[in-house]
Amino acid sequence: MLPLRLQEVSFLHIIKPVSLAIEAGPSTIILGANGAGKSVLMRLMHGLLAPTSGAVSWNSKGGQAMVFQRPVMLRRSALANVEYALRAAGQAAGGAMDALREVGLAHLAGKPARVLSGGEQQRLALARAWALHPEVLFLDEPTASLDPSATREIEHVIQAFDAAGTKIVMATHNLGQARRLADEVIYLHQGRVLERAPVERFFSKPATAEAAAFIKGELPWG
Amino acid sequence: MSLRPRCKVGRGYHTYAMLSIFADVRLWEIVALSLEVSLAAVLLATAIGLPLGAAVAVARFPGRAALVVLLNALMGLPPVVVGLAVYLLLSRAGPLGGLGLLFTPGAMVFAQTVLITPIIAALARQAIEDAWREYEEQLRSLGVHGTRAALTLIWDTRFSLVTAVLAGLGRASAEVGAVMIVGGNIDGVTRVMTTTIALETSKGDLPLALGLGVVLIAIVLVLNAAAMLIKEAAQRRYG
Repeated sequence: MLPLRLQEVSFLHIIKPVSLAIEAGPSTIILGANGAGKSVLMRLMHGLLAPTSGAVSWNSKGGQAMVFQRPVMLRRSALANVEYALRAAGQAAGGAMDALREVGLAHLAGKPARVLSGGEQQRLALARAWALHPEVLFLDEPTASLDPSATREIEHVIQAFDAAGTKIVMATHNLGQARRLADEVIYLHQGRVLERAPVERFFSKPATAEAAAFIKGELPWG
Repeated sequence: MSLRPRCKVGRGYHTYAMLSIFADVRLWEIVALSLEVSLAAVLLATAIGLPLGAAVAVARFPGRAALVVLLNALMGLPPVVVGLAVYLLLSRAGPLGGLGLLFTPGAMVFAQTVLITPIIAALARQAIEDAWREYEEQLRSLGVHGTRAALTLIWDTRFSLVTAVLAGLGRASAEVGAVMIVGGNIDGVTRVMTTTIALETSKGDLPLALGLGVVLIAIVLVLNAAAMLIKEAAQRRYG
């Protein structure tokens, strides 16, 4: 289904007209401060929002999944949450347990999903995506409200997706995470894409003053 | 025909007379009819109100806001007005007069259904809409919409919906105006707890009125306690 093309896509005043293509392959991290428009840009790509102007087009219809900052768990068991996603996609629910195993939640399969910890819920959200074998996985700041150890577990799973050939498109404001997971960085500032560069180059030689200031300002907490 | 034992106001009450009323089979027949009528009304109102509430919660259409206001306002429908409207519908000359329902338990079920359908629909609408706000993006991301989304929301708010249904049952079993008008309070046929209390109090047969009052309050208390316990237990168990 890739590449995904955005042609002069804008959304209200939040995203200024942007054209870019997301290709299969290396992980793409959308980096930017809070309010830069990262979440909106991802929702435009995923199809949850319709652009105010411009067009979003996929090469073909195929599997894509999204993991949100705050995981939404259905009021049923962890396993049933994964099975629900599979049935919604018109697939057999048989692979649900494998997906839970993949994220290390097999022992909690029978537990009600909404009483799991924040980190476990986010891993369950990833298992839900994993079961669907998406070609593209969108992640909107999936570790923003998690502690460091839960964050590490989530990042491991994201790396497993990458290794399995799923294209990762992830929004974050966490520079350390961007360095750990990104192959390329799209830098968003006040609704504009200011830079798109391989991760090493972005951090060592940012092309714009805004990106340089962002890297400098964020680094102590990254 | 009056019910035994009987006390006159001013003569004082004997504990025996007060308690022996609970041994009177007539009292329990009245209680049973009340529950039958109210439960039937709740079943019908749930069958109409839940899908209606879910549809209003999820669908977006012109006039939706007005419909939500109307549903909420109808929660406070005065029972006597509902009784009057249903009476006119069911009376011999009315549009539904041919059914021959007036002054039967069926008419009482009809009136109570009209009375509590808005309660169940409005409470369900609120619960389902709150859940929809939380779930919408996730469900759309999974490609779930329409009827499937509505069913998912109904299932996920099932404990709140039980509370809504019990609220309807409480209201139905406690109201007097509607069943009095359309049922006619006929002894042994359409006489329920509330109408008997009203009648026996005016006749001065206070033990029966008080006995039924105690049963009625107990039912309402149990319903509300059950609603709270179910919700809290579910909250602990399922989050």
